Amino acid sequence: MAHDHDHDHDHGHDHDHDHDHHAPITADAAPGYYEVMETAVREILIAKGYLTANDIRRQIEVLDSRTPALGAAVVARAWTDPAFKARLLENGRTACEELGISFYDDTQLIVLENTAEVHNLIVCTLCSCYPRPVLGLPPDWYKLKPYRARAVSEPRKVLAEFGTILPDDVEIRVSDSTAVIRYLVLPRRPEGTEGWSEAQLAAIVTRDAMIGVIPATLEKEAA
Amino acid sequence: MDASPLASVVPALKELPAFAEGQRVRVLERAPIGHYRVPIYLRGHVGTVERVIEPAMIDNEEEGYGRNAGNRLHYYRVSFAMTEVWDDYEGSPRDELHIEIFETWLEQA
Repeated sequence: MAHDHDHDHDHGHDHDHDHDHHAPITADAAPGYYEVMETAVREILIAKGYLTANDIRRQIEVLDSRTPALGAAVVARAWTDPAFKARLLENGRTACEELGISFYDDTQLIVLENTAEVHNLIVCTLCSCYPRPVLGLPPDWYKLKPYRARAVSEPRKVLAEFGTILPDDVEIRVSDSTAVIRYLVLPRRPEGTEGWSEAQLAAIVTRDAMIGVIPATLEKEAA
Repeated sequence: MDASPLASVVPALKELPAFAEGQRVRVLERAPIGHYRVPIYLRGHVGTVERVIEPAMIDNEEEGYGRNAGNRLHYYRVSFAMTEVWDDYEGSPRDELHIEIFETWLEQA
């Protein structure tokens, strides 16, 4: 409870409830510049017959179906099936397609393997290129300028802010995805997971580990 | 015995990558008007072709203006030493930046 019952209230809510969960959901602010532009462009495209309202709805459904759980399934398969891992590192897209993950945006995928010697980190300095077919939408921090600028200029400091401190003898490879290639980090399989099932392994693979800002660990971090 | 006809297929010039794995390349310092996928922080810097990305693909910078025919070339995954990109880089001298760059933006270094 955010409020103390002993003082006077100037509103009539039932105080046995958490107010935050009962705040009405409204969209009464005037639409912004880009919102207006998006609506206008969308309406023109539909009016001209380039696409239908259902095409847009369907694409949202496609995007909603892509989550880090897909990437985690890919990683878990690679950890348990050496032949799959070899195919995944050779051609990330076709290996993911084997598992039924389609590349609706016609991007290619390069999977970057973390090892004891090399740690990979992905970023898009220009905008927000991200392996959406396998991870879904990127987190907000991935799209904001501080991460985009600093990941390529001071990656060790950025990693340290995520709690990942790498010794100097581990090489950092930052991949800046800016055109038609997307990247996915294949984290190192943590020690102590010998004999685990694919499903158990997938459960500890987080979005952030597949971006490369943290390792995969036995204690799954909130992603 | 005749040679297989497969051995004598001649590819078009643009089907062949202009640069090879291991080759040193410089990112051009062009600054055209429009939307370009080569970050400014890398222009003029020298790196090494780590991998030729197959197949040849449409130049997305041309495609952005509706010109999407006949301009397929290769992308190259190029690696740069962080210490070459940033004068005051703090970290291992082995740290690297990797990026894919379209053929029109590279020259032999």
